[in-house]
Amino acid sequence: MKKCILFFVLLIAFYSSSYSQLYVTRTGFVGFYSKTPLEDIKAENNQVYAVIDAGKKNIAFSLLLKGFVFTKELMQEHFNENYVESDKYPKANFSGVYTGDVTPGKEGVYKVTVKGNLTLHNVTHAIEIPATLETKAASLIGNAEFTVKPEDYNMTIPSIVRSKIASTMTVKIKINSIIAK
Amino acid sequence: MRIKLLFTCFLIISFTGTKLQAQDSSLLKMLNDAMGVNAKPMYVTGTFKALHLVNMQTIEGPANGVLNFQVQHRFGALNSGSYNFFGLDNANLRLGLDYGISDRLAVGIGRSSLEKTFDGYLKYKLFRQTVASEAMPISVSLLGTISSYTLRHIDKPYLNAKYRTAYTGQLLLAKKFASFSIELTPTLLHYNLVPTPQDHNNIFALGIGGRLKLSNRMSLIGEYNYMPTGQLLTTGLHNSMSFAWEIETGGHVFQLVFSNSQSMIESQYIGQTTGSWGKGDIYFGFNISRVFNLKKNK
Repeated sequence: MKKCILFFVLLIAFYSSSYSQLYVTRTGFVGFYSKTPLEDIKAENNQVYAVIDAGKKNIAFSLLLKGFVFTKELMQEHFNENYVESDKYPKANFSGVYTGDVTPGKEGVYKVTVKGNLTLHNVTHAIEIPATLETKAASLIGNAEFTVKPEDYNMTIPSIVRSKIASTMTVKIKINSIIAK
Repeated sequence: MRIKLLFTCFLIISFTGTKLQAQDSSLLKMLNDAMGVNAKPMYVTGTFKALHLVNMQTIEGPANGVLNFQVQHRFGALNSGSYNFFGLDNANLRLGLDYGISDRLAVGIGRSSLEKTFDGYLKYKLFRQTVASEAMPISVSLLGTISSYTLRHIDKPYLNAKYRTAYTGQLLLAKKFASFSIELTPTLLHYNLVPTPQDHNNIFALGIGGRLKLSNRMSLIGEYNYMPTGQLLTTGLHNSMSFAWEIETGGHVFQLVFSNSQSMIESQYIGQTTGSWGKGDIYFGFNISRVFNLKKNK
Protein backbone atom coordinates (compact mmCIF):
# COMPACT_ATOMS: atom_id res chain seq x y z
CA MET A 1 0.00 0.00 0.00
CA LYS A 2 2.69 2.50 1.11
CA LYS A 3 4.94 1.29 -1.71
CA CYS A 4 2.15 1.93 -4.11
CA ILE A 5 1.71 5.56 -2.97
CA LEU A 6 5.46 6.14 -3.03
CA PHE A 7 5.60 4.74 -6.52
CA PHE A 8 2.91 7.08 -7.74
CA VAL A 9 4.41 10.10 -6.00
CA LEU A 10 7.70 9.36 -7.71
CA LEU A 11 5.89 8.85 -10.98
CA ILE A 12 4.20 12.22 -10.66
CA ALA A 13 7.49 13.92 -9.84
CA PHE A 14 9.18 12.27 -12.80
CA TYR A 15 6.25 13.06 -15.04
CA SER A 16 6.27 16.75 -14.15
CA SER A 17 10.03 17.19 -14.44
CA SER A 18 10.14 15.66 -17.86
CA TYR A 19 7.36 17.92 -18.99
CA SER A 20 8.60 21.24 -17.78
CA GLN A 21 12.07 22.70 -17.50
CA LEU A 22 11.71 26.42 -17.08
CA TYR A 23 14.41 29.00 -17.65
CA VAL A 24 13.42 32.56 -16.81
CA THR A 25 14.77 36.10 -16.83
CA ARG A 26 13.50 39.55 -15.97
CA THR A 27 16.39 41.44 -17.50
CA GLY A 28 16.32 40.33 -21.10
CA PHE A 29 17.35 42.73 -23.82
CA VAL A 30 15.38 43.87 -26.87
CA GLY A 31 16.60 46.69 -29.06
CA PHE A 32 15.38 48.06 -32.35
CA TYR A 33 17.24 50.15 -34.85
CA SER A 34 16.30 52.24 -37.84
CA LYS A 35 18.83 53.73 -40.21
CA THR A 36 18.09 56.41 -42.79
CA PRO A 37 20.39 59.04 -44.28
CA LEU A 38 18.54 61.71 -42.26
CA GLU A 39 18.21 60.12 -38.86
CA ASP A 40 19.27 57.03 -36.95
CA ILE A 41 16.95 55.68 -34.32
CA LYS A 42 18.10 53.44 -31.52
CA ALA A 43 15.82 52.16 -28.76
CA GLU A 44 16.76 49.62 -26.15
CA ASN A 45 14.88 47.83 -23.39
CA ASN A 46 16.74 45.94 -20.68
CA GLN A 47 13.71 44.87 -18.69
CA VAL A 48 12.34 42.16 -20.90
CA TYR A 49 10.64 39.21 -19.23
CA ALA A 50 11.30 35.92 -20.94
CA VAL A 51 10.67 32.27 -20.16
CA ILE A 52 11.88 29.20 -22.02
CA ASP A 53 10.50 25.77 -21.34
CA ALA A 54 13.35 23.53 -22.47
CA GLY A 55 11.21 20.43 -21.91
CA LYS A 56 8.39 21.46 -24.19
CA LYS A 57 10.48 23.80 -26.35
CA ASN A 58 8.12 26.65 -25.66
CA ILE A 59 9.22 30.23 -25.42
CA ALA A 60 7.54 33.48 -24.41
CA PHE A 61 8.52 37.13 -24.10
CA SER A 62 6.78 40.10 -22.62
CA LEU A 63 7.95 43.69 -22.33
CA LEU A 64 6.63 47.11 -21.45
CA LEU A 65 6.87 49.49 -24.39
CA LYS A 66 7.55 52.36 -22.00
CA GLY A 67 10.74 50.53 -21.05
CA PHE A 68 12.37 51.41 -24.38
CA VAL A 69 15.00 54.09 -23.92
CA PHE A 70 15.77 56.23 -26.97
CA THR A 71 18.74 58.47 -27.56
CA LYS A 72 16.37 61.42 -27.95
CA GLU A 73 13.65 62.09 -25.42
CA LEU A 74 11.25 63.44 -28.04
CA MET A 75 11.54 60.24 -30.09
CA GLN A 76 10.64 58.27 -26.99
CA GLU A 77 7.59 60.46 -26.45
CA HIS A 78 6.49 60.14 -30.08
CA PHE A 79 7.04 56.37 -29.97
CA ASN A 80 4.81 56.00 -26.92
CA GLU A 81 2.21 58.61 -27.80
CA ASN A 82 1.84 58.36 -31.56
CA TYR A 83 3.07 55.01 -32.76
CA VAL A 84 2.66 52.18 -30.24
CA GLU A 85 0.14 54.10 -28.08
CA SER A 86 1.54 52.59 -24.92
CA ASP A 87 -1.16 54.08 -22.69
CA LYS A 88 -3.71 51.91 -24.54
CA TYR A 89 -1.49 48.93 -25.33
CA PRO A 90 1.33 48.90 -22.75
CA LYS A 91 2.93 45.57 -23.69
CA ALA A 92 4.44 43.70 -26.58
CA ASN A 93 4.25 39.92 -26.33
CA PHE A 94 5.61 36.91 -28.09
CA SER A 95 4.75 33.31 -27.50
CA GLY A 96 5.79 30.36 -29.57
CA VAL A 97 7.84 27.24 -29.94
CA TYR A 98 11.31 26.45 -31.20
CA THR A 99 12.69 23.56 -33.19
CA GLY A 100 16.13 22.01 -33.00
CA ASP A 101 17.85 19.45 -30.83
CA VAL A 102 18.74 21.39 -27.76
CA THR A 103 19.95 19.41 -24.79
CA PRO A 104 19.54 21.48 -21.65
CA GLY A 105 22.34 21.31 -19.13
CA LYS A 106 24.89 20.15 -21.69
CA GLU A 107 27.06 23.00 -22.95
CA GLY A 108 26.73 23.87 -26.59
CA VAL A 109 25.43 26.35 -29.13
CA TYR A 110 22.44 25.35 -31.22
CA LYS A 111 20.81 26.92 -34.25
CA VAL A 112 17.07 26.90 -33.83
CA THR A 113 14.01 28.27 -35.59
CA VAL A 114 11.50 30.13 -33.45
CA LYS A 115 7.89 30.21 -34.59
CA GLY A 116 5.08 32.02 -32.88
CA ASN A 117 2.85 35.02 -32.54
CA LEU A 118 4.11 38.55 -31.98
CA THR A 119 1.56 40.96 -30.54
CA LEU A 120 2.27 44.67 -30.75
CA HIS A 121 -0.09 47.63 -30.84
CA ASN A 122 -3.04 45.23 -30.57
CA VAL A 123 -2.03 43.47 -33.80
CA THR A 124 -0.85 39.85 -33.84
CA HIS A 125 1.26 38.36 -36.59
CA ALA A 126 2.75 34.91 -36.92
CA ILE A 127 6.51 35.19 -37.34
CA GLU A 128 9.29 32.73 -37.92
CA ILE A 129 12.85 33.70 -37.12
CA PRO A 130 16.23 31.99 -36.96
CA ALA A 131 17.92 32.17 -33.56
CA THR A 132 20.71 30.62 -31.55
CA LEU A 133 20.39 28.98 -28.17
CA GLU A 134 23.44 28.47 -26.04
CA THR A 135 23.12 25.98 -23.19
CA LYS A 136 25.15 26.21 -20.02
CA ALA A 137 24.98 24.29 -16.77
CA ALA A 138 22.11 26.29 -15.32
CA SER A 139 21.23 28.78 -18.00
CA LEU A 140 19.99 29.19 -21.56
CA ILE A 141 21.21 32.12 -23.64
CA GLY A 142 19.10 33.12 -26.60
CA ASN A 143 20.06 35.46 -29.44
CA ALA A 144 18.05 36.54 -32.44
CA GLU A 145 17.87 39.26 -35.02
CA PHE A 146 14.98 39.93 -37.35
CA THR A 147 13.09 42.76 -39.01
CA VAL A 148 9.71 44.30 -38.32
CA LYS A 149 7.67 46.68 -40.44
CA PRO A 150 5.81 49.30 -38.38
CA GLU A 151 3.03 49.33 -40.98
CA ASP A 152 2.31 45.64 -40.32
CA TYR A 153 1.36 46.58 -36.77
CA ASN A 154 -1.07 49.29 -37.75
CA MET A 155 1.29 52.19 -37.13
CA THR A 156 1.01 54.94 -39.68
CA ILE A 157 4.00 57.16 -40.20
CA PRO A 158 3.08 60.61 -41.49
CA SER A 159 4.70 61.65 -44.77
CA ILE A 160 6.54 64.53 -43.10
CA VAL A 161 8.69 62.17 -41.01
CA ARG A 162 8.59 59.21 -43.41
CA SER A 163 12.09 59.92 -44.67
CA LYS A 164 13.48 59.80 -41.13
CA ILE A 165 12.04 56.42 -40.16
CA ALA A 166 13.18 53.28 -41.96
CA SER A 167 10.44 51.11 -43.44
CA THR A 168 11.87 48.07 -41.70
CA MET A 169 13.32 48.08 -38.22
CA THR A 170 16.07 45.71 -37.19
CA VAL A 171 15.20 44.04 -33.92
CA LYS A 172 17.86 42.43 -31.75
CA ILE A 173 17.08 40.09 -28.89
CA LYS A 174 19.43 38.79 -26.25
CA ILE A 175 18.28 36.89 -23.20
CA ASN A 176 20.19 35.12 -20.52
CA SER A 177 17.68 32.95 -18.71
CA ILE A 178 18.43 31.03 -15.54
CA ILE A 179 16.91 27.73 -14.53
CA ALA A 180 13.83 28.22 -12.36
CA LYS A 181 13.92 26.62 -8.93
CA MET B 1 -9.57 -0.97 -2.20
CA ARG B 2 -6.44 -1.33 -4.25
CA ILE B 3 -8.31 -0.71 -7.46
CA LYS B 4 -9.89 2.36 -5.96
CA LEU B 5 -6.49 3.67 -4.91
CA LEU B 6 -5.00 2.99 -8.31
CA PHE B 7 -7.87 4.78 -9.91
CA THR B 8 -7.41 7.81 -7.63
CA CYS B 9 -3.71 7.92 -8.39
CA PHE B 10 -4.43 7.65 -12.06
CA LEU B 11 -6.82 10.56 -11.74
CA ILE B 12 -4.20 12.59 -9.90
CA ILE B 13 -1.63 11.90 -12.60
CA SER B 14 -3.90 12.79 -15.43
CA PHE B 15 -5.01 15.91 -13.58
CA THR B 16 -1.40 16.96 -12.91
CA GLY B 17 -0.59 16.25 -16.52
CA THR B 18 -3.33 18.49 -17.86
CA LYS B 19 -2.48 21.15 -15.35
CA LEU B 20 1.11 21.22 -16.57
CA GLN B 21 -0.06 21.25 -20.13
CA ALA B 22 -2.19 24.30 -19.40
CA GLN B 23 0.74 25.96 -17.70
CA ASP B 24 2.97 25.38 -20.70
CA SER B 25 0.55 26.88 -23.16
CA SER B 26 0.25 29.91 -20.94
CA LEU B 27 3.90 30.75 -20.36
CA LEU B 28 2.89 34.21 -21.44
CA LYS B 29 0.30 34.45 -18.72
CA MET B 30 2.94 33.49 -16.21
CA LEU B 31 5.22 36.26 -17.52
CA ASN B 32 2.48 38.82 -17.39
CA ASP B 33 1.58 37.81 -13.84
CA ALA B 34 5.23 38.22 -12.83
CA MET B 35 5.30 41.60 -14.54
CA GLY B 36 2.20 42.71 -12.69
CA VAL B 37 3.73 41.75 -9.35
CA ASN B 38 7.02 43.51 -10.05
CA ALA B 39 5.50 46.55 -11.77
CA LYS B 40 7.28 49.78 -10.95
CA PRO B 41 5.41 53.07 -11.23
CA MET B 42 5.98 54.70 -14.60
CA TYR B 43 5.67 58.38 -15.34
CA VAL B 44 2.87 59.61 -17.53
CA THR B 45 4.30 61.30 -20.60
CA GLY B 46 2.89 63.94 -22.87
CA THR B 47 0.40 65.53 -20.47
CA PHE B 48 0.88 68.50 -22.77
CA LYS B 49 2.79 68.62 -26.02
CA ALA B 50 4.20 72.10 -25.70
CA LEU B 51 5.66 74.27 -22.98
CA HIS B 52 2.70 76.63 -23.31
CA LEU B 53 -1.00 75.83 -23.44
CA VAL B 54 -1.63 79.12 -25.23
CA ASN B 55 -0.17 81.75 -22.91
CA MET B 56 -0.12 79.72 -19.71
CA GLN B 57 2.95 77.60 -19.09
CA THR B 58 2.36 73.86 -18.82
CA ILE B 59 3.88 71.47 -16.29
CA GLU B 60 6.17 70.22 -19.06
CA GLY B 61 9.78 71.25 -19.46
CA PRO B 62 12.35 70.47 -22.14
CA ALA B 63 14.05 67.12 -21.54
CA ASN B 64 17.55 67.07 -20.05
CA GLY B 65 19.95 68.70 -22.48
CA VAL B 66 17.26 69.77 -24.92
CA LEU B 67 17.01 73.34 -26.18
CA ASN B 68 13.56 74.50 -27.22
CA PHE B 69 13.23 77.51 -29.49
CA GLN B 70 9.91 79.26 -29.53
CA VAL B 71 8.29 81.88 -31.69
CA GLN B 72 5.05 83.25 -30.29
CA HIS B 73 3.23 85.73 -32.43
CA ARG B 74 0.01 87.72 -31.96
CA PHE B 75 -1.42 90.01 -34.60
CA GLY B 76 -3.43 93.12 -33.73
CA ALA B 77 -7.08 93.01 -32.66
CA LEU B 78 -9.56 91.63 -35.19
CA ASN B 79 -11.87 94.62 -34.59
CA SER B 80 -9.23 97.19 -35.52
CA GLY B 81 -10.85 97.71 -38.91
CA SER B 82 -10.02 97.27 -42.56
CA TYR B 83 -7.49 100.13 -42.43
CA ASN B 84 -5.33 97.95 -40.16
CA PHE B 85 -6.22 94.88 -42.25
CA PHE B 86 -8.17 93.51 -39.27
CA GLY B 87 -5.14 93.47 -37.03
CA LEU B 88 -2.68 91.83 -39.41
CA ASP B 89 -0.69 95.08 -39.77
CA ASN B 90 0.33 94.97 -36.13
CA ALA B 91 2.04 92.29 -34.18
CA ASN B 92 3.54 91.34 -30.87
CA LEU B 93 6.30 88.81 -31.14
CA ARG B 94 7.96 86.82 -28.40
CA LEU B 95 11.13 84.88 -29.08
CA GLY B 96 11.98 82.39 -26.40
CA LEU B 97 14.67 79.86 -25.56
CA ASP B 98 14.06 77.11 -23.02
CA TYR B 99 16.65 74.64 -21.83
CA GLY B 100 16.40 71.48 -19.75
CA ILE B 101 19.15 71.53 -17.11
CA SER B 102 17.96 68.19 -15.79
CA ASP B 103 14.87 66.05 -16.32
CA ARG B 104 13.13 68.18 -13.70
CA LEU B 105 14.64 71.66 -13.89
CA ALA B 106 14.18 74.02 -16.82
CA VAL B 107 15.29 77.58 -17.43
CA GLY B 108 13.98 79.98 -20.05
CA ILE B 109 14.46 83.48 -21.40
CA GLY B 110 12.36 85.53 -23.75
CA ARG B 111 11.93 88.89 -25.37
CA SER B 112 8.56 90.33 -26.41
CA SER B 113 8.16 93.27 -28.71
CA LEU B 114 5.18 94.53 -26.68
CA GLU B 115 6.67 97.18 -24.39
CA LYS B 116 10.09 95.74 -25.31
CA THR B 117 9.88 93.26 -22.46
CA PHE B 118 12.52 90.80 -21.30
CA ASP B 119 11.46 87.80 -19.27
CA GLY B 120 13.02 84.80 -17.64
CA TYR B 121 11.80 81.81 -15.69
CA LEU B 122 12.76 78.73 -13.73
CA LYS B 123 10.48 75.73 -13.67
CA TYR B 124 10.85 72.65 -11.50
CA LYS B 125 8.89 69.42 -11.82
CA LEU B 126 8.12 68.61 -8.21
CA PHE B 127 5.91 65.54 -8.73
CA ARG B 128 5.17 63.57 -11.85
CA GLN B 129 1.94 61.69 -12.43
CA THR B 130 2.42 57.94 -12.65
CA VAL B 131 0.60 55.39 -14.76
CA ALA B 132 -2.46 53.89 -13.08
CA SER B 133 -2.31 56.77 -10.58
CA GLU B 134 -1.20 54.43 -7.82
CA ALA B 135 1.76 56.37 -6.52
CA MET B 136 1.11 59.91 -7.79
CA PRO B 137 -2.26 60.93 -9.19
CA ILE B 138 -1.20 64.36 -10.49
CA SER B 139 1.82 66.23 -11.78
CA VAL B 140 2.99 69.31 -9.90
CA SER B 141 5.48 71.87 -11.16
CA LEU B 142 6.70 75.11 -9.62
CA LEU B 143 7.22 78.14 -11.80
CA GLY B 144 8.91 81.42 -10.97
CA THR B 145 9.09 84.18 -13.56
CA ILE B 146 10.54 87.66 -13.73
CA SER B 147 9.81 90.29 -16.37
CA SER B 148 11.00 93.80 -17.05
CA TYR B 149 9.86 96.12 -19.82
CA THR B 150 12.33 98.50 -21.40
CA LEU B 151 10.09 100.73 -23.52
CA ARG B 152 11.31 104.34 -23.09
CA HIS B 153 8.95 106.77 -21.39
CA ILE B 154 10.50 110.25 -21.71
CA ASP B 155 7.71 111.76 -19.60
CA LYS B 156 8.36 109.33 -16.70
CA PRO B 157 12.05 109.65 -15.83
CA TYR B 158 11.51 107.93 -12.47
CA LEU B 159 10.75 104.59 -14.19
CA ASN B 160 13.90 102.70 -13.32
CA ALA B 161 14.56 99.02 -13.76
CA LYS B 162 13.15 98.22 -10.34
CA TYR B 163 9.81 99.87 -11.08
CA ARG B 164 9.60 98.13 -14.42
CA THR B 165 10.01 94.65 -12.95
CA ALA B 166 7.28 92.18 -12.01
CA TYR B 167 7.39 88.65 -10.61
CA THR B 168 5.06 85.69 -10.66
CA GLY B 169 5.03 82.49 -8.71
CA GLN B 170 2.82 79.69 -9.94
CA LEU B 171 1.90 76.25 -8.75
CA LEU B 172 1.10 74.16 -11.83
CA LEU B 173 -1.16 71.21 -11.09
CA ALA B 174 -2.04 68.90 -13.95
CA LYS B 175 -3.65 65.57 -14.59
CA LYS B 176 -3.78 63.56 -17.78
CA PHE B 177 -6.77 61.38 -18.50
CA ALA B 178 -6.85 59.20 -21.62
CA SER B 179 -7.12 61.90 -24.26
CA PHE B 180 -7.80 64.89 -22.06
CA SER B 181 -5.40 66.83 -19.84
CA ILE B 182 -6.32 69.54 -17.40
CA GLU B 183 -4.19 72.09 -15.57
CA LEU B 184 -4.92 74.37 -12.64
CA THR B 185 -2.55 77.19 -11.76
CA PRO B 186 -2.90 79.22 -8.57
CA THR B 187 -0.83 82.33 -9.22
CA LEU B 188 0.76 85.02 -7.11
CA LEU B 189 1.71 88.11 -9.08
CA HIS B 190 3.84 90.95 -7.76
CA TYR B 191 4.26 94.32 -9.49
CA ASN B 192 6.97 96.57 -8.09
CA LEU B 193 4.94 99.51 -9.34
CA VAL B 194 1.19 99.75 -9.85
CA PRO B 195 -0.66 102.72 -11.43
CA THR B 196 -2.49 104.00 -8.33
CA PRO B 197 -2.12 103.65 -4.54
CA GLN B 198 -5.43 101.74 -4.47
CA ASP B 199 -4.07 98.99 -6.70
CA HIS B 200 -2.54 96.03 -4.92
CA ASN B 201 1.07 95.13 -5.58
CA ASN B 202 0.43 91.49 -4.78
CA ILE B 203 -2.28 89.91 -6.84
CA PHE B 204 -3.82 86.50 -6.67
CA ALA B 205 -5.17 84.80 -9.78
CA LEU B 206 -6.27 81.33 -10.78
CA GLY B 207 -5.74 79.87 -14.22
CA ILE B 208 -7.42 76.81 -15.65
CA GLY B 209 -6.60 75.18 -18.94
CA GLY B 210 -7.24 71.97 -20.82
CA ARG B 211 -6.14 70.06 -23.87
CA LEU B 212 -8.34 67.63 -25.76
CA LYS B 213 -6.63 65.23 -28.14
CA LEU B 214 -8.56 64.94 -31.39
CA SER B 215 -6.05 62.56 -32.96
CA ASN B 216 -2.48 61.52 -32.28
CA ARG B 217 -1.19 64.75 -33.72
CA MET B 218 -3.98 67.27 -33.27
CA SER B 219 -5.61 68.79 -30.20
CA LEU B 220 -7.87 71.59 -29.09
CA ILE B 221 -6.75 73.80 -26.24
CA GLY B 222 -8.55 76.30 -24.04
CA GLU B 223 -7.46 78.37 -21.06
CA TYR B 224 -8.96 80.95 -18.74
CA ASN B 225 -7.21 83.11 -16.16
CA TYR B 226 -9.48 84.36 -13.41
CA MET B 227 -8.35 87.37 -11.39
CA PRO B 228 -10.67 88.17 -8.46
CA THR B 229 -11.84 91.77 -8.70
CA GLY B 230 -10.80 94.52 -6.29
CA GLN B 231 -7.08 93.92 -6.69
CA LEU B 232 -6.30 96.00 -9.75
CA LEU B 233 -8.68 98.96 -10.11
CA THR B 234 -7.39 100.07 -13.48
CA THR B 235 -10.48 100.33 -15.62
CA GLY B 236 -11.17 98.02 -18.48
CA LEU B 237 -9.24 94.97 -17.32
CA HIS B 238 -10.55 91.60 -18.42
CA ASN B 239 -9.77 88.03 -17.57
CA SER B 240 -7.62 86.44 -20.22
CA MET B 241 -9.29 83.69 -22.26
CA SER B 242 -7.59 81.88 -25.12
CA PHE B 243 -8.15 78.98 -27.48
CA ALA B 244 -5.77 77.13 -29.74
CA TRP B 245 -5.65 74.38 -32.30
CA GLU B 246 -2.46 72.37 -31.88
CA ILE B 247 -0.74 70.38 -34.60
CA GLU B 248 2.35 68.31 -33.99
CA THR B 249 4.74 67.41 -36.77
CA GLY B 250 7.92 65.60 -35.78
CA GLY B 251 10.11 68.00 -33.80
CA HIS B 252 7.71 70.93 -34.25
CA VAL B 253 4.61 71.90 -32.33
CA PHE B 254 2.42 74.42 -34.08
CA GLN B 255 -0.50 76.20 -32.41
CA LEU B 256 -3.04 78.51 -34.03
CA VAL B 257 -4.26 80.88 -31.36
CA PHE B 258 -7.21 83.14 -30.60
CA SER B 259 -6.97 85.24 -27.44
CA ASN B 260 -8.15 88.49 -25.91
CA SER B 261 -4.58 89.08 -24.67
CA GLN B 262 -1.91 90.32 -27.00
CA SER B 263 0.83 89.58 -24.51
CA MET B 264 2.28 86.16 -23.79
CA ILE B 265 4.01 86.58 -20.44
CA GLU B 266 2.38 86.06 -17.07
CA SER B 267 2.73 89.55 -15.63
CA GLN B 268 1.04 91.03 -18.71
CA TYR B 269 -1.67 88.59 -19.78
CA ILE B 270 -2.93 87.89 -16.27
CA GLY B 271 -2.92 91.44 -14.91
CA GLN B 272 -2.96 93.70 -17.94
CA THR B 273 -5.40 92.23 -20.44
CA THR B 274 -7.58 95.03 -21.73
CA GLY B 275 -9.15 93.19 -24.65
CA SER B 276 -12.66 91.83 -24.41
CA TRP B 277 -14.03 88.88 -26.36
CA GLY B 278 -17.47 90.54 -26.39
CA LYS B 279 -16.20 93.65 -28.13
CA GLY B 280 -14.18 91.68 -30.62
CA ASP B 281 -10.72 92.48 -29.25
CA ILE B 282 -9.50 89.14 -30.42
CA TYR B 283 -5.88 88.59 -31.25
CA PHE B 284 -5.12 85.91 -33.78
CA GLY B 285 -1.65 84.39 -33.75
CA PHE B 286 0.47 81.30 -33.48
CA ASN B 287 3.07 79.55 -31.35
CA ILE B 288 5.75 77.48 -33.02
CA SER B 289 8.36 75.49 -31.20
CA ARG B 290 11.28 73.43 -32.35
CA VAL B 291 13.57 71.27 -30.25
CA PHE B 292 17.32 70.82 -30.59
CA ASN B 293 19.23 68.08 -28.81
CA LEU B 294 22.37 69.66 -27.41
CA LYS B 295 23.48 66.69 -25.32
CA LYS B 296 24.09 63.27 -26.77
CA ASN B 297 22.59 60.67 -24.46
CA LYS B 298 24.85 57.67 -24.90
